[in-house]
Amino acid sequence: MLNKEQIAQRIAKELKDGFYVNLGIGIPTLVANYIPEGVNVILQSENGLLGMGPFPLEGEEDADLINAGKQTITTVPGSAFFDSAMSFGMIRAGKVDLTVLGAMEVSETGDIANWKIPNKMVKGMGGAMDLVAAAKNIIVAMQHTNPKGESKLLPKCSLPLTGVGCVKKIVSDLGVFDVTPEGFVCIEYAPGVTIEEIKAKTAGKLTIAADVKEMVG
Amino acid sequence: MNKVVAGADAAIQDIPSGATLMLGGFGLCGIPENCIAALVKKGTNNLTCISNNAGVDGFGIGLLLEQKQVKKMISSYVGENAEFERQLLSGELEVELIPQGTLATRCMAAGYGMPAVYLLAGVGTEVAIGKETREFNGKPYLMEYAFDSDYAIVKAWKGDTQGNLIFKDTARNFNPLMAMAGKITIAEVEELVPAGELDPNYIHVPGIYVHRIFQGANYEKRIEQRTVRKG
Repeated sequence: MLNKEQIAQRIAKELKDGFYVNLGIGIPTLVANYIPEGVNVILQSENGLLGMGPFPLEGEEDADLINAGKQTITTVPGSAFFDSAMSFGMIRAGKVDLTVLGAMEVSETGDIANWKIPNKMVKGMGGAMDLVAAAKNIIVAMQHTNPKGESKLLPKCSLPLTGVGCVKKIVSDLGVFDVTPEGFVCIEYAPGVTIEEIKAKTAGKLTIAADVKEMVG
Repeated sequence: MNKVVAGADAAIQDIPSGATLMLGGFGLCGIPENCIAALVKKGTNNLTCISNNAGVDGFGIGLLLEQKQVKKMISSYVGENAEFERQLLSGELEVELIPQGTLATRCMAAGYGMPAVYLLAGVGTEVAIGKETREFNGKPYLMEYAFDSDYAIVKAWKGDTQGNLIFKDTARNFNPLMAMAGKITIAEVEELVPAGELDPNYIHVPGIYVHRIFQGANYEKRIEQRTVRKG
């Protein structure tokens, strides 16, 4: 079973040299810590920055320089600032190569729900609906089951949707799953996890790839 | 052409209760602190506020919420404010949540004189309910109207006496879009200079969009999530 850091580490392997990448809040943010050697990616922060750098050193925080999670950040050589319309313009126009975000539920057809629990959590969708509607490639980073132990990979989402038919891949604590016209396809399982456990914890339509393999760290 | 007003009190004095206001900023970054304080002091109420966020308890739009000056918030993310949640759940406050890119683009459309735009965000979700859709290249899009806002209140880094504005870092965010979208736009700036001192090549919002400008004071610039790394 993977912890959050390991999920982030596995997703980092999907990054290709030259990619422009938007990382959501939570596990996706951790992906920035595992960018493979020799792979140069430019991180987009939807509040108006391309070329997001690491957190500042203590004493160097600048209230005018934050990421979409409202954390203080820095720039890197080659960074650019822009307004929010241009930010979502480049997302909408398909210029961002990869979006990584968290989810509460994903359906076997790639629908995603991650913004609202009726009568419980009503914080808003932020930029998530814009990102999932437009991004060319969306990877979801999440736990396979919710705190009650129920599957988050479902035939159909029960929570209000963020987007329809948009998720291409899921990396969970149990493995890596492609979202295909035939439903979820398990292509890798995490060390210490059995195929039986994955089957038991996946409520949506699941097939195991013929060449399924254990994930390598 | 001198657009300079004495300060925040003068800039907001004619905003009537019941007005629709755009307020620039992302989280607490780049918010018009001086004008918010002046609105709190004056007690202008029954406001409809278009702003990406709703501040936090005790700062930003949170100050207007505490005084119950806001009738309706139009935002994309409002998670950081207990008073907001209380008023929402008790039914005192009306809230319309819309996708962040849609919010930005509806501001942009207003500033560019376009009545509406077609956007993909929210198709197939509850955001699409009641909206006209149209297919382009085989995909359905939602028709989203340009915002119609009586006032826009923005914060810039530098501005000149003719209303030209320059923003700093990610404090730019919604500010230029809203500056362009208001029927009357009020800009507070950290540094106000005479016309001619800003390089025309680096103006983000030309002064034609700005009606009132003033030198702001005592910026607190509160940080919501101070995050640092070890040296």
